[in-house]
Parts: sequence; structure tokens; C-alpha cells
Amino acid sequence: MSFPWAKHYEPKNPVMQWVDSRLPLPRFVYNAVGAGYPVPRNLNYWWNFGVLAGVALVCQLITGIVLAMHFHSSAAGAFDSVNVGIMRDVNAGWFLRFAHANGASMFFVVIYIHMFRGLYYGSYKAPREMVWLLGVVIFLLLMATAFMGYVLPWGQMSFWGAQVITGFFSAIPVVGDWVRVWLLGGYAPDDAALNRFFSLHYLLPFVIAGAVILHIWALHIPGSSNPTGVEVKGEQDTVPFHPYYTAKDGLGVVVFLILFSVLIFFAPDYLGHPDNYIPANPLSTPAHIVPEWYFWPFYAILRAFTADFILPAKLWGVLAMFGSILLLFFLPWLDKSPVRSGSYRPMYKVAFWVLVADVLVLGYCGGSPAEPLYVILSQIAAAYYFAHFLIIVPIISHLETPKPLPGSITEAVLAKTGA
Amino acid sequence: MAIKADLAGPENPRRRDYLQYAAVSVAAVGAGVVVFPLVNSMNPSADVLAQSSTEVDLSKIEPGQAIKTSFRKQPLFVRNLTPKEIAEADAVPVSALRDPQTLEQRTAKGHTNWLITLGVCTHLGCVPLGAGEGENRGPFGGYFCPCHGSAYDTAGRIRQGPAPKNLEVPKYNINGAIAVVG
Repeated sequence: MSFPWAKHYEPKNPVMQWVDSRLPLPRFVYNAVGAGYPVPRNLNYWWNFGVLAGVALVCQLITGIVLAMHFHSSAAGAFDSVNVGIMRDVNAGWFLRFAHANGASMFFVVIYIHMFRGLYYGSYKAPREMVWLLGVVIFLLLMATAFMGYVLPWGQMSFWGAQVITGFFSAIPVVGDWVRVWLLGGYAPDDAALNRFFSLHYLLPFVIAGAVILHIWALHIPGSSNPTGVEVKGEQDTVPFHPYYTAKDGLGVVVFLILFSVLIFFAPDYLGHPDNYIPANPLSTPAHIVPEWYFWPFYAILRAFTADFILPAKLWGVLAMFGSILLLFFLPWLDKSPVRSGSYRPMYKVAFWVLVADVLVLGYCGGSPAEPLYVILSQIAAAYYFAHFLIIVPIISHLETPKPLPGSITEAVLAKTGA
Repeated sequence: MAIKADLAGPENPRRRDYLQYAAVSVAAVGAGVVVFPLVNSMNPSADVLAQSSTEVDLSKIEPGQAIKTSFRKQPLFVRNLTPKEIAEADAVPVSALRDPQTLEQRTAKGHTNWLITLGVCTHLGCVPLGAGEGENRGPFGGYFCPCHGSAYDTAGRIRQGPAPKNLEVPKYNINGAIAVVG
């Protein structure tokens, strides 16, 4: 579906006409990310991050496929194949490896900004709930993929990360221990676990790519939202995706690649952990186990539960950690305000920024050792996280008086430029 | 004509439904039969299970000392408790424990001084400290997990911190100075 004024694909080149009449793939692309997709004219730079996430996915797929050609997936060979083979012997292997490891970080930076963009501008609200739900699915798949990828170099953090994260499943009552042994194919992470993680780490990105196609498909039914949250009313409110947003997104891609290059070439290990340059040792746990930075907020929620209350503390921690993400599936129905954009919601806007600060505090605690101060901070921040979605947002949507919305996107744009 | 209509067709929907259910059921059973080996293939393989027994020489472990070895590729703690440590473990009222067990239930009959447990914290699977020379044994003198601060007593029982259960005691037999674990 598209707006009635969307441009139609009319290829002039006879070869393209021949292809289009037999397999309308060029038409499909034209309507999806070409001139055939009308987009609100007022998108700001926060709307770049969807395309940037796509760029990050493509970077990870390309570097990953080449790295897999040099990787040995065995407990005896994995560490050396990465740290000796790829890093020293393979031509440009160091570049591929650092691009892939830091590419994961860039992917999460982009995804988190993309998600917070959605939260601020109410992009999850009707009629775009399905876009949001698929986005949460992609986020979960991305986390699983990143976790399994981090295990592959088989350093100390890889090994103990695998041990701790598969340990979550042993919290399941009755069948937990069996589930964990089944997931690992043994009693501790070893060849069986490493090989299946490698297999799935190769598979899941393609599943993500499929989910991304559904995500964009679902987006194109109502069309993109915009910073005012007011729906498109006519042709004057939109511009064609190409060339307007291909150009605007292109600028974002350039900035993204500059930052990405700075990481790869000047600080390739800044976001990593030195313990992962020690080969995995099943008999010695590092003193301070932390996951990669992008899992810190969730790790803090996991560790926030220290006392048994009906259920064991361990099970609470695991439930809360998964719950903090599953909660996002219900957001479109928890926020009852008909106004989408946070710009017109004075109370929600404050709550949004407090949530951003709260997640940063959780992240900081998750990266710190499990000392009493950080545990207490995590407990407060975790409680607030759940309160935001379950109590504050639903209450605000009743109490708040939104600011008057502009009559249309065009009116908002003209008011801003003073024309 | 009437006979043909009886066999199948819109005139006889119940017969058609039956055929449909039967076909789908057979296909579902077939799919299940195929899924089972796929799922089961992810369980520990024969070579992993084959490493399931370990022998430990107890004669070299002095009272108060512990060693760290490996059982099924997991760390195994073997500890020779001193009479004082045994007394400490016995002095704790069982009802006050998170996972109530006595030292006697956790050791072999007649060998209460040999505490043989997995060195796997029951919280999230880190290796607790306390089996190595000079390592921190925590506030209860047993083992201490540095990851999230679980403390175990001299019977390997959970006393403080997030771990829900006592350190797991594997099946073993003591024959003279040899413990056969597994």
C-alpha cells in the first residue's frame, strides 16, 4: 500500500522493462526505498537510524562471512585461530576482526538510539504496533547473535559469559538443569557448545535480515511516522524517499562510517575486555565477569535480585531480565495517549528523559563489580525501569494535557521556518 | 453415481473431513518423528558422557587442604575437613539453612571428613574460591564465589548470597585412598 500520489515505476531502459514485466523486483525496490515511497517531509536526523541499522547489519554479514572462512570452531583451536591466525597471519585479518567486533558495538549504538527514537516520538502507537513488535523481535535476535558471537574467540570472558548466560536457563524450575545441559551439549561449555554457537551465529543474522524485511513491510503499510506525530494528510506533506532521504541518510552513513573507523583504527579494544585475550580456562573464573557493554543494563537487572521471595532470587533475576525486554511488546497498549510525539506531551517528555538516565545508571551498575553500593543502585534503577512502563506511562496518558498539535505536517514545517 | 458421491466430495463432507484429519495427523506424527532426533542430537554426545568418571587419590590431601580437579570437564573440589570444620558444620541448625542438608548427608558413610563437591556455584556457574592455596574462603570458612558473592560453609552449603542451592555432591565411592567420582 502506498499513498495515491506515490510515483509509479516506469522504466525507460528496455532491459529493465523486460525484467520488470517478468519479475517485478526493480519495481519492488523502487516502491520500498526509491522514489515510489512518499515520506513525511519533516523527518529529522533521528530518523536516520533505521537505515544505519541496515548498514550495520550488512557490515556484520560481510565481515562475518569472510571471518568464518578463517575460524576454527573447536575448543582447542578457536582461540589461536582468532588471536594468531586471523589477527596476525591472515591478510587484513586484524581489520576484519576489529571491524566485526566493533561493528557489533556500532550496531547496538544505532539500535538503542533507534529504539529510544521510537519511544520519544511514540512510533509504537497505532497503526504502527506491528512495526514495533517486529523491532523487539529483531532486538532479541540481535542480542542472541551478539552473545553467541562473543563466545567464539574462546577467551576467558567468552567461556565464562557462556557459562553464566546458559546458567540463566538452570533457574527454570524442575527442567532447568536438563535444559542447560541440552543447550550446551555437555555439563560445561566445550566443543559441543562452541560448534552449535558458531552454527547459530552464522544462521541468526539471516533470520534477522528476514525479520528486517517484515519490519520494513509493516512500516510501509501506514508509512513512516514523523516528529510531529501528525499523520500525512496530503501530497504536500511528503517527499519521495529517493532522492530526499537517500541523501539525508547518506550523510548519516558517512558520519557513522567515520565513527566506526575511529573505533577500528584508533581504539579497537576500547570496548572489549582484556581478559578475553586469556585462553578459556574452565577451572578459573575471572574475578570480575562482565558482559559486553550493550548488555550491561540487563545484567544490572539480573543482579538486582538478592533475596528469595516466594521464588528463589536467581529465578527472579532471570525473569526480571527477560521481562524487561518482553515488557516492550506490551508498550503499544500500556501507553493510551492518542498523541504520538513526545514534543507535544510535557509530562511524557520528562518521563522519557528520566528513563534514558535510568537506563544509563543501570548500564553503569551492570558494568561495575557486584558491590553493595552498585547493587542498591541497580535495585532502585531496575524498580524505576519497570515502574516507568507499568505505572508512570499508563498514568501519564490519563493525567496529561497535551500541547495543541499542528493542523498538518506542512503547517508545522512552515511555522518553524517562519514562512 | 450415488456410490461415487459416498466416497468423497462436497456431498459427503464428514468423509472428506476424516480424510483431511487423518492425513494431517500422519504428517504431524511424521514431523515429530523427524524432530525428535534433531532435538536429541543436541544432548551430550557419547564421547562427552564417556568422560563421566574420575579417580582422585586422597592420600596426598592433608586435613584442612583442598584440591581442584576436573569431573565431566567441570571443576571438582575435594577437601579434607579438619575436626574443627566438621564441628562447625554440625553446629548449624539444619532448619536455618536455605537448602537444608546435614554434613552427614553430603558425605560418604564413615568418611565425614571428605567433602567432595562440584566447584560450580549454583547461582550462575562460576568457580568459587577456597579450594586453592591461600584463596578467600568467605565468611563461613567454606567457599566463596567472587562473581556475585555467594558464600558456602564447610559442608559446601549455601549460607549467604544469591545462589539457591548447596554445591552439588556428585555420586562417588571411596575405596581405600581412592575416590571414584561418577
